[in-house]
Amino acid sequence: MELELLVKQFQDKNHVAFEKLYGMYSKSIHGVVYNIVKDTAIADELMQDVFIKAWNKADTYSSKKGRFFTWILNIARNAAIDKTRSKAFKQSKQNLNAEYFVDIIAGHDSLDDSTDAIGIKKFVTELGEKCKAVIELLYFKGFTQKEASEELQMPIGTIKTRNRNCIQQLRDMVL
Amino acid sequence: MDIKAYIESGILELYVAGQLSETENQEIYNLLQQHPKLLQEVLEIESAVVKLTAAVSPRAKGFESIKARIANETKVIELQPRPTNWISYTGWAASVLLAMGLFWSLNKKTDLEQQLQTADTENLYLETQIEDAKSNLAATKNLLNIIRDKDLISVPLGGQGNFASSFAKVYWNKADNTIYLDAEGLPNAPEGKVWQVWSLTLNPLAPTSLGTIDDFNTDDNKIFTIANANESQAFGITLEPEGGSDGPTMDQLYTLGVVASAP
Repeated sequence: MELELLVKQFQDKNHVAFEKLYGMYSKSIHGVVYNIVKDTAIADELMQDVFIKAWNKADTYSSKKGRFFTWILNIARNAAIDKTRSKAFKQSKQNLNAEYFVDIIAGHDSLDDSTDAIGIKKFVTELGEKCKAVIELLYFKGFTQKEASEELQMPIGTIKTRNRNCIQQLRDMVL
Repeated sequence: MDIKAYIESGILELYVAGQLSETENQEIYNLLQQHPKLLQEVLEIESAVVKLTAAVSPRAKGFESIKARIANETKVIELQPRPTNWISYTGWAASVLLAMGLFWSLNKKTDLEQQLQTADTENLYLETQIEDAKSNLAATKNLLNIIRDKDLISVPLGGQGNFASSFAKVYWNKADNTIYLDAEGLPNAPEGKVWQVWSLTLNPLAPTSLGTIDDFNTDDNKIFTIANANESQAFGITLEPEGGSDGPTMDQLYTLGVVASAP
């Protein structure tokens, strides 16, 4: 499998493999940290930090522990959340607005006209409020099922199935 | 195993989200190896999430932006810890000591220069004092010579009326028509007043002004040299308003003395 080979090469400090993985995931990682810090410059810096960190501790990743994307997504969320807890960040951003990822996507004027973009825009406009919240918490914020169930006042089982349905809707529109 | 039910449970979505325990992850990894349908499902979920998260990014920088960083960081990793560079440390320490030494010397030099200058000023002051003392001595010797002159006539002036405690003395050198008035026994002239010296003839009584002593109060030895070409028979001193008077004010006559032997 191609991805596994790529990751293996990446772990062997192959720059070409690193560049390919970066091309595949950098925009997603940027989106995730941007959704947390809500600042383009800080998001740029964080995203770079995330990839450098992944590069430096590449040998700690194992496909047995999960998907490579999931691994780097986890690094990104932790880095971004750490950032929001830093003193300097708190001072510069007194009030982080409570925008969800959906609001950010809806607010992009410059979304290109690719089918992905159109599908995503359609998805976020048509998505139910509960779906927005679940995806926000589980994928963008890294909440556990338990934390999400407390936050949304839903049983844990419901979180799981609702999430399944929401992602299914997304797949129908973008894949 | 019911693959369909497993997929429907939603666990694979949580797997991609990274919400499962290590054991669960390991379990799913093993299942993915056995069931291509499960793997396909995971790939689709992941792909959808990658697209969704990417759509949130307003822009993402290209790989170029971190290429330099990984190049640098790789280098840093390869570097061995450098052996302590004693020569460099010693050099720095020596230069710091040298700088401190130079600074100390400079301070010392400035101090000494200041001391030298103070000494110079003191010398100058002492020299002036010696000069003053010398000229004082010369003046005093001169005075002594004058008083010792055999032609000198000494005329004591006694205190008059209310001013009985006053006294003065006139030394008159007829040869050079000069009198030396020793007025140590007179008080300082009050503000707006001045001492005036008179030469008198007794028969008939006629005063002639020898002038006022304007520098009386500031003079040190109170000996004044005054020209006198008169055939004086007596000398008197009165206190007059500043600038002097044409005739003596008799109730301000402090001292008066008659020349012992008229020439």
